Amino acid sequence: MRETILQGVRPDNRFRASFILLAIFALIMVFQGLEMVPETLDRLPAHSEASAIDNTGYGEHYETVAFDEIFNRSFDYLREDLGFSTVTRAVSKALKSVINVFNNILLGGRKGFGFDPMPWVAVAAIAFIVGFALKGWKLSLLAGGTVVYFAVFGQWKVSMQTLSLLFVSVPTSIIIGILLGIMAYKKKAFENAILPVLNVAQTLPHFAYLIPVIVFFGVGHQTGVIATIIFAVPPMVRLTLLGLQKVPPKLIESGKMSGCTRLQLLFRVQIPSARNEMMLGVNQVIMQCLAMVVIAAFIGAPGLGYQLLLKLQILKLGQSVEIGFAIVLLAITLDRLSMAWAEKKRDYTANLPFHVRYKYQIILVVTVTLAYIAAHYFPALEKLPKCTVTKPTDCFTISTAAFWEDIIDWVVINWYDGLLAFRSFVVIDMLVPLRDSFLFAPTIAVLVLIAGAGFILGGWYSALLTSIFFIFIALSGWWDRAMITAYMVMFAVLVCIVIGIPLGIWASRKPGRARYFLIWCDTLQTFPSFIYLLPVIMLFQVNDLSAILAVIVYAIVPAVRYTIEGIINVPPSLHEAVTMAGCSNRQRLFQLELPMAMPHILLGINQTTMFAFSMVVIAAFIGTIDLGQAIFKALSESDLGKGLTLGLCISFMALSIDHMITRWARERRKLLGLD
Amino acid sequence: MTIEATRPVIHCKNIFKIFGHSAQEIQGKSGGKVDQEFLDNNGLVAAVNDVSLEVYPGEMLVVMGLSGSGKSTLVRCLSRLIETTSGSINIEGEDLLAMSEKELIELRRNKMGMVFQNFALLPHKTVLENIAFPLQMRGMKKEDYVARALKMIELVSLDGRENDFPRQLSGGQQQRVGIARSLAIEPDIWFLDEPFSALDPLIRKEMQDEFLRLQSILKKTIVFITHDFDEALRLADRIAIMFHGRVEQCSTPQDIVLNPATDYVKKFTNDVPREKVLTAGAIMDEERPDDKPAAISVNQSDIIEDIAEFILGQERPVVVHDDDGNRVGMLHRDTVLKILFPGDK
Repeated sequence: MRETILQGVRPDNRFRASFILLAIFALIMVFQGLEMVPETLDRLPAHSEASAIDNTGYGEHYETVAFDEIFNRSFDYLREDLGFSTVTRAVSKALKSVINVFNNILLGGRKGFGFDPMPWVAVAAIAFIVGFALKGWKLSLLAGGTVVYFAVFGQWKVSMQTLSLLFVSVPTSIIIGILLGIMAYKKKAFENAILPVLNVAQTLPHFAYLIPVIVFFGVGHQTGVIATIIFAVPPMVRLTLLGLQKVPPKLIESGKMSGCTRLQLLFRVQIPSARNEMMLGVNQVIMQCLAMVVIAAFIGAPGLGYQLLLKLQILKLGQSVEIGFAIVLLAITLDRLSMAWAEKKRDYTANLPFHVRYKYQIILVVTVTLAYIAAHYFPALEKLPKCTVTKPTDCFTISTAAFWEDIIDWVVINWYDGLLAFRSFVVIDMLVPLRDSFLFAPTIAVLVLIAGAGFILGGWYSALLTSIFFIFIALSGWWDRAMITAYMVMFAVLVCIVIGIPLGIWASRKPGRARYFLIWCDTLQTFPSFIYLLPVIMLFQVNDLSAILAVIVYAIVPAVRYTIEGIINVPPSLHEAVTMAGCSNRQRLFQLELPMAMPHILLGINQTTMFAFSMVVIAAFIGTIDLGQAIFKALSESDLGKGLTLGLCISFMALSIDHMITRWARERRKLLGLD
Repeated sequence: MTIEATRPVIHCKNIFKIFGHSAQEIQGKSGGKVDQEFLDNNGLVAAVNDVSLEVYPGEMLVVMGLSGSGKSTLVRCLSRLIETTSGSINIEGEDLLAMSEKELIELRRNKMGMVFQNFALLPHKTVLENIAFPLQMRGMKKEDYVARALKMIELVSLDGRENDFPRQLSGGQQQRVGIARSLAIEPDIWFLDEPFSALDPLIRKEMQDEFLRLQSILKKTIVFITHDFDEALRLADRIAIMFHGRVEQCSTPQDIVLNPATDYVKKFTNDVPREKVLTAGAIMDEERPDDKPAAISVNQSDIIEDIAEFILGQERPVVVHDDDGNRVGMLHRDTVLKILFPGDK
């Protein structure tokens, strides 16, 4: 009985089932065209005229259930009546002081310390030395070069602000993540409770994290940190759990037989054995923290993100590019440093003399001390005087902003006609018709389609789940905007699939080429999503098309990468078998490589979709009339209930797709006997 | 058995497969003298070191060796799954190494079949589709390849399992699918790379019996790789023993057991109970002048183990005849005793 609820339609019948589903959908659409669909099934009715909040042609808001009021009232209740606010205020204060400590160290300051700020040469020296100690010259140059970039291009203050936020959020996230992971490992009930939460956490767009945090912690520096921590903890939990679960049972047995207590077993056997996954978790925490810290700029968190947002809003594109580079460099450096640390071989040095064993630490201390002393006499070594418009001489920083702006101008002028034509074509011939058809479809049609797809892939359970998600959206009154978001995501994902998968296939033909592409994918994935807005704005200005293009560029990376990985991981013995059967290259691709790689490619498409949902919200910043834009509006109006409702709408759409694709991929893996 | 009289199906000469940076040029410069010192000096590893072999029509050549002996590499050179560093390989008189990609594909679709150690079945295809795969590759029509595949299924006794997937089959059954797939195109040349090594010992014996049965029907030209000396003795017409990339000895099982060529070969033959391998024909003597033969005679291909008791029970020497009934020699009791109880090894 349980199986029939969970089982989708049998694979051989799927084709026919999908056909029937599409036929029903088409039928409803025909009825809609003939205006034979009852009003309530087209758009759910409003519960009061008063709730029609904004009228913008598209996106009228007629809510059936006033979720936002419900949420707002619960927030107030939690905050005031339950006294949450005392707790949260205490936490805010604590965090603020920790952040201040780091700010003082890095930037110098007023409150409490009386220290000189760390000279930039000292920070650069630390970066050079650590980079070299972890991997060698290349990493040293990358790390040191990044710090020097910050100083020379006038980004020092803001990058140090970002670093302070990272210094607070990263260790906290790691510790909380590990603790939760251990708890989930030890108690199955806890694991069962936390896994769905982790799933939701992964599909919630970055932005949605900001809302509940603002509710409880107000707006300020510490809020950014808290949102960052909440965002970064799930991957750490997941990977800690995975790592601990992967410890070979025999290892645990040998630990027990060696007389370990439970605590010793945990810290001496299990955690060290889970090292690989946990190191990956640390790397992910760092990258997620950086991404989130940049987005937190939207609620005023200082640093590179804030600066970028500022410059973008006043259309200072040249400076925006420089800041963008800074963020990108920081991302790559942090990623490479943490990976180098994870991969570093552990030499057993207990028998070496002190000065050899700790040689890097000694060099570090000596250099930093020297730097402080030198900075005392040469203030320029502490902070490079910045060249600004009002003080153009006697300064040491350079700026290439003008250069970038010239390039942008040149591109815009010379390619104006081409870009305009392209834009018109895409918007008028592709986007608008697609959007209109999404909006034309009555609610019942979309519900039938989604629930049907869920049923085919996962039985009654999936159908029910996805229906509930979409009914929520319908009841909330944001259906039209959700459909606009949905069409943008669908268009973007389709383009990503059509371009990304063939690209991945092409890349996988030669091992060298595959490796090159994978390195590029890795690098691109370290960039905070925000960055992708830059080139798009530069070329296409601020409009609908730019938003979608930004989404495509961001979301195409997983499609390419998972395709490559899926194909190159086909076992060589199967390659030999099909070679001996006399396969041509084309037959090999379609008969062996693609079928075997399909589960992995499906996961890639899943990620692409999740990325697209996430990015769509951010791209709304460039001005589209969809859920993302409504979220911004809600935030600026401090209507947090509305913000949460909107966030949930996006999240539910993403969750539905995630649920279906994951199910499908898992089933294919079982079929191929890959589990 | 005079197999040598006909032309070899596979003829390889001076095959080298050397792994390492710029192996080909360095080897060319060696002037034919590629020994261990040469390899070490140049940082190279010779997986196959100057191997020359012939395989005759209808013959089963077993290439036997331990891990690292080069046997898997050799068979991959012969099927051109990997490229030889130097040497020549002729398949039915044609130069294999000169063939283009297209010609190779044609060869594999029509003339060669291969069975793999870990079965290498496509997990997303049914048993029937796996077996029919090489037929599909060459464009056969659906009715035809389904019919042929069903015949193969019957041949390997897997009736009723045609719509199952590989993961639903046991190891032995999966290997039977692998065998059926390799036979589907009715190849002239059949390669088997340690086909039974991944199976349990009892299943292995069953599969060997099955295999001998198939060979008695099909009479293919076979190159069979194994690391199991007993398996080699059981199945082979001739055995080529490999060690460190070289062929130590290549001869009939009887010859190897009776006359091991090197100390390395002796290590294997020492432990073989000779009476299980040797035939009457292998150890028979010339007729002695004062022989008064017994009434009953034995066939030259009878295994000593089977006839020992009979011979020892006779008071007189026993005639050995061939399949046509002609006298080819005599077996005396003392000869048999010496085989059964050798004084020293």
